[in-house]
Amino acid sequence: MTKVAVASFDIEFYQYLNPRGEILGDLPEFAKRAADLIPLYRDMIVTRIFDSKAVTLQRTGQMGTYASSAGQEASVVGLSRAMHKEDMLFPTYREHGAYLARGVTMTELFVYWGGNEEGMNFANACGDFPVCIPIATQVPHAVGAAYAFKLRGQPRVAVPVCGDGATSKGDFYEGINAAGVWNLPCVFAVINNQWAISQPRSRQSACQTMAQKAIAAGIPGEQVDGNDVIAVYDRFVKALNRARSGGGPTLIESITYRMSDHTTADDAGRYRNEQELIQQKALDPIDRLNTYLIEQSVWSEQQNQQLIEEVTAEVDAAANDYLNTPRRAPHTIFDCLYETLPKAYQSQAGRLTALGDV
Amino acid sequence: MAELTLLEAVNKALAYEMAADQDVILLGEDIGVNGGVFRATDGLQDRFGEDRVVDTPLAESLIAGMTIGLAAQGLKPVAEIQFMGFIYPTIDQILNHAARLRTRTRGRISCPMVLRAPFGGGIHAPEHHSESTEAMFAHIPGLRVVIPSSPARAYGLLLAAIRDPDPVIFLEPKRVYRMLKQDIDDSGEALPLDVCFTVRQGTDITLVSWGAMIHETLQAADQLEAEGIDCEVIDVATIKPLDVETILESVQRTGRCVIIHEAARTAGFGAEIAANLAEFGLMNLFAPVGRVTGFDTVMPLHLLEKFYMPSTENICATVRQTMEYS
Repeated sequence: MTKVAVASFDIEFYQYLNPRGEILGDLPEFAKRAADLIPLYRDMIVTRIFDSKAVTLQRTGQMGTYASSAGQEASVVGLSRAMHKEDMLFPTYREHGAYLARGVTMTELFVYWGGNEEGMNFANACGDFPVCIPIATQVPHAVGAAYAFKLRGQPRVAVPVCGDGATSKGDFYEGINAAGVWNLPCVFAVINNQWAISQPRSRQSACQTMAQKAIAAGIPGEQVDGNDVIAVYDRFVKALNRARSGGGPTLIESITYRMSDHTTADDAGRYRNEQELIQQKALDPIDRLNTYLIEQSVWSEQQNQQLIEEVTAEVDAAANDYLNTPRRAPHTIFDCLYETLPKAYQSQAGRLTALGDV
Repeated sequence: MAELTLLEAVNKALAYEMAADQDVILLGEDIGVNGGVFRATDGLQDRFGEDRVVDTPLAESLIAGMTIGLAAQGLKPVAEIQFMGFIYPTIDQILNHAARLRTRTRGRISCPMVLRAPFGGGIHAPEHHSESTEAMFAHIPGLRVVIPSSPARAYGLLLAAIRDPDPVIFLEPKRVYRMLKQDIDDSGEALPLDVCFTVRQGTDITLVSWGAMIHETLQAADQLEAEGIDCEVIDVATIKPLDVETILESVQRTGRCVIIHEAARTAGFGAEIAANLAEFGLMNLFAPVGRVTGFDTVMPLHLLEKFYMPSTENICATVRQTMEYS
């Protein structure tokens, strides 16, 4: 009998800023001047206030069902700020902060969640994909885009984002596997927020980390503290640069926490222990960077208040724009069905055209 | 001009468009080195390279999903699903994404893709290789579903499908792959989508079919002619969107209609045509609309498949019955 180990692997976990706001080891170059982190801090504040407003709009009957990203701000801001403009994001329904960082307007996001596809038109911004609600189905889209980037020799990277639950699905595995086969410029973000609606992380997979699923696809996988925006940004920049220069795909599992219900239609009290939420609040991504910035004397409580007021006013103004956005005329549901509406459906469209702009 | 089978016509159309348009790219299982299990893509990888004729991992949802990503980048991907029995993992991608990407981005991102698959019975294939489930795709808003019945139609409709700016499901009747040859001028001329083709003129009854069943239908029309029944035969070709006008116009003249398809009867696409005749053509009908279809059973393995599939005799019998009404 011969018995030899034919494969082995390690999964590394990266963290620069611990939950108490203390720095661990040497900071990467972009983070050496603490004041340079203020824009990332601002993005996280924007994301949280936007989420809060969206939930309020839904609760007051002024918007549809909404999935808050509270608690995940460092993960979405870090990865999206690490991307180049010409890279392409393939998000789920919970990366509002990533869209905002990439130039989608708050009004557009409100319009979409308010029940109007026009919000995914991104009229003045990037070519990112629209939100993806069927779990993990966006992963193969990103692989296709990455194949196109490589075929055309474009220095662009596709970034599909999915959650811990999505790693249980075939599309996730089919996507990372193919990206490995073709060495594609693709960085897979798994935002592990510990919950897939009512099911905890432990119910998704017996594997020790989600990052190690990358190993089965023959690509590098790593974990990052998803509540540490410095670590998220740094690891994504490195993976994106590697992908952009032909070094192939990477999977980054970002460990964070869903502080909200799954959506406004959900009640996490049915399945989640309140104690867990209290423990997780101590790991808050915004608090820890705030603590660090103040401790470094580049930020103050007063500046923080000012920022919150300024962003709240910006979000309120966007919400007003959304609430004042005219409804689309009913017949417009036929407008973008095909490039040119086939004759077969013109009489159906005519029935709605007859209604006018109701 | 060259005498081509349907399979060769598919190959010619793919080659023509790949040479004419750098953005056309093929992907699928075993389509490259092997040239496809039926050889539809034979020689294309040698000619156009591995980057444009892509052998994928064995993952159908990936194939459909990445096709969407490629199309959204402005490429014109033509994906092959090896058999219709393996197409079902793609429905999530086709229904939830390909068919609605233009709508859900208000036209910002479109999906000019083709998903090809051989379908239908009659070649003694193993289990899961012989079904006809075109109606499932015809139910999805935003798609086109195109089914050629002959080499010439395969050539012209496939070119049209590749050039179409929206997603097309292109279902190839594999029983016809090598059944007959036709002279085809490899001129790159497409046929129109969204229209039926009247393949035989007649005055007594309208027979409506598509795909492989066109051939049994035409045989039936020949037999019935000897009995003094003059059949008009319509090849639907694009089942979605349906050119109902050509069918209504024909039935207005003949007053009788029989619909023939290989797929199971319940909610088969024949039901949609019959419903249109009931809604818009009832006053022109001398007889109930007849349907000759597969049974509402699981498609049997090959020893019994001929009893499942409509035969020329079945078609003749239903036509005779329909002619009895006066």
